[in-house]
Amino acid sequence: MNWPCCRRSPGAEVSRLVRGPIDIAELTQAVSDSHLGGTTLFVGSVRRGPDDGPVIAIEYSAYDEMAEAEFDRILAEATLRWPAARVKVRHRLGRIPVGEASIAVIAASPHRADAFAACRYVIEEMKQRVPIWKKEILQDGAERWRADHTAGYGS
Amino acid sequence: MYLHDRLSKANGSMISVRCRLFAQYAEIVGRDELTVKLPPEATVGDAVCKLREQAPHGELLPERPLVALNQVHALPDQPLQDGDELALLPPVAGG
Repeated sequence: MNWPCCRRSPGAEVSRLVRGPIDIAELTQAVSDSHLGGTTLFVGSVRRGPDDGPVIAIEYSAYDEMAEAEFDRILAEATLRWPAARVKVRHRLGRIPVGEASIAVIAASPHRADAFAACRYVIEEMKQRVPIWKKEILQDGAERWRADHTAGYGS
Repeated sequence: MYLHDRLSKANGSMISVRCRLFAQYAEIVGRDELTVKLPPEATVGDAVCKLREQAPHGELLPERPLVALNQVHALPDQPLQDGDELALLPPVAGG
């Protein structure tokens, strides 16, 4: 018998999924330490590009339990590759207005190379693997699902 | 293999798989969850097939969607067990 509810590892931290504005200061504080000389912060925010039309917000939804488990796996992989780095991530769910942050990834390490690498790894991997979806909310109240056009690193 | 599983297989009884739908797929079907019953040797692919037959407007779901078995990305040829959770995932779009 499988027990999906118990799949998070014993050392798993608090939920990476939040339903209000992401607290960047809290994240910065969480990875801060005197021996960690380099910190890289990535913030992704809701974008309205010139071809996106009258989008006023994006509604994010998730397969919560699997999203947490997949974040656990990705952060464990980052720890294996960059053992000295301290990495945190927060993803906001629910309705997010254009311009506000949907995700923050922060990585602190003794030296900057690992901080950049670990931060980039987490954002790129999560975009490929974590079960989160987005629905555009338009000015007139209409809604449409938005596909991601990420075909690989660097979109 | 647990005794319960051996007895199930010996009896040829069906296994139950909880299928979860998300985002566009939940909208298509009008539900976010269905249970399908399958023979004991069934695979992930078999469950997707059964779900597409059974769910309202199931034919509008893709034949080979992204899937997760017990919250881990999975492939169609993976075997199923009674009580498994199978999720059909539209292309992920987080971040």
